[in-house]
Amino acid sequence: MPEDFEPRIVGFLCNWCTYLSADLAGTSRLKYAPNGRAIRVMCSGRVDPQFVLDAFANGADGVLIGGCHPGDCHYQEGNYKALRRFKLLQRFLQQMGVEPERVRLEWISAAEGDRLKDVVNDMVRTLKILGPSRIQRKKPIKLPEAS
Amino acid sequence: MRPKVAFYWCAACGGCEECIVDLGDDLLRVIEAVEIAFWPVALDYKEKDLQAMPDASLDIAFVNGAVRNVEQKDMAELLRAKAKTIVAFGACAQLGGIPGLANLSDSRAILDTAYGENGAPREEYGVDGETLSLPGLLDAVLPLDGVIPVDYYLPGCPPTPNIVRAAFETLLGPDRPPKGAVLAPDHALCEQCPRRGTRSETLAIHEFRRVQACVIQPDTCILEQGVLCLGPSTRAGCEARCIAANMPCTGCFGPTGRVRDFGAKALSAVASVIDAREDQDVASVVDGIADPAGTFFRYSLPSSFLERKCGK
Repeated sequence: MPEDFEPRIVGFLCNWCTYLSADLAGTSRLKYAPNGRAIRVMCSGRVDPQFVLDAFANGADGVLIGGCHPGDCHYQEGNYKALRRFKLLQRFLQQMGVEPERVRLEWISAAEGDRLKDVVNDMVRTLKILGPSRIQRKKPIKLPEAS
Repeated sequence: MRPKVAFYWCAACGGCEECIVDLGDDLLRVIEAVEIAFWPVALDYKEKDLQAMPDASLDIAFVNGAVRNVEQKDMAELLRAKAKTIVAFGACAQLGGIPGLANLSDSRAILDTAYGENGAPREEYGVDGETLSLPGLLDAVLPLDGVIPVDYYLPGCPPTPNIVRAAFETLLGPDRPPKGAVLAPDHALCEQCPRRGTRSETLAIHEFRRVQACVIQPDTCILEQGVLCLGPSTRAGCEARCIAANMPCTGCFGPTGRVRDFGAKALSAVASVIDAREDQDVASVVDGIADPAGTFFRYSLPSSFLERKCGK
């Protein structure tokens, strides 16, 4: 592993909680690892397992899914759906030889900017020990010709 | 002049060839409409016959099977040069199919398991003063479009006679669909399912049951009974034949049009109807799915985002 390996983390953050926690971390001027790329989604329940695998196939070393705490979902049930998908996806990833630490599901509320900071820092630390993802990069997407 | 057609198989079980024969009397109509220029499984054609044809002289080549070894890759490339239109015929050519599950292992480990201490077969043999060579394995199984551009896809393991018949009509007719099209309806199997009305609106599963460990009720939605049926995420077109035989859909018709990774989508659909909220409860329901890779990616591992198990 190269000494200067900086893991790339794709974060799918829900609009109502975790994305706001990242905003709060920013406005509070908290310092944390700059390895994350945040993608705002309306709900953690919107995070299709395809998004996670697509991120890995395009060079992510880790994926963070952030949602509201159980019971707090803006859409009532979305974060429970995220939890179910996450658990099943983890089983699949394990079969594919992907270390479970590469995908994390975290409940981080809009008030928890420092928790977001800790989670990202911790993930970067873990991924630096694991090293770069061994998932093969996907060739560019083949799209059918426009009709 | 009748259009010239070729049939070829790569890493396949022979079921796709069989389903052409299964056209029955309609096969005679097909043979009248086209000139079969190359079909090694049924008739005595050799590779050199194909090589001797001018480029782009075949109108359509139907290629079934995944691409597992060097010879299949070479034949696919040769067919691409000789044919104006390539049709990936069946689940293996379209998505990688059952042979694609070999991507849960690597080719070295497969040979070690198959041949053990005796070692893999030699690559060359001397026979009657000539040398025969065995094609080497590629390091992973690929769908057909992993090695050549493909014009159309015919889904199914195998495609049903009706789908095949319709494909011949479409491809030989004047109005061909846009390139890249999958020649089957673009909606989920549930819409064709005879048990459609029996699925409750708030489907909630507390326990997954395996086919061999339960009795499936013949008139109720199979997923509703806790048996993994991939109908909600699988393309229609098979006329729900497995369901009619009281067996769940395993997803051989692959994804509908806007899905990029069939297995991931099927996994997502199934996970979202689990009836549990606590960490532990969700985990124990999920544990009822013994082999997620083999269940959701049964036909599609080589065409999925991950394609294969990660190496060391």
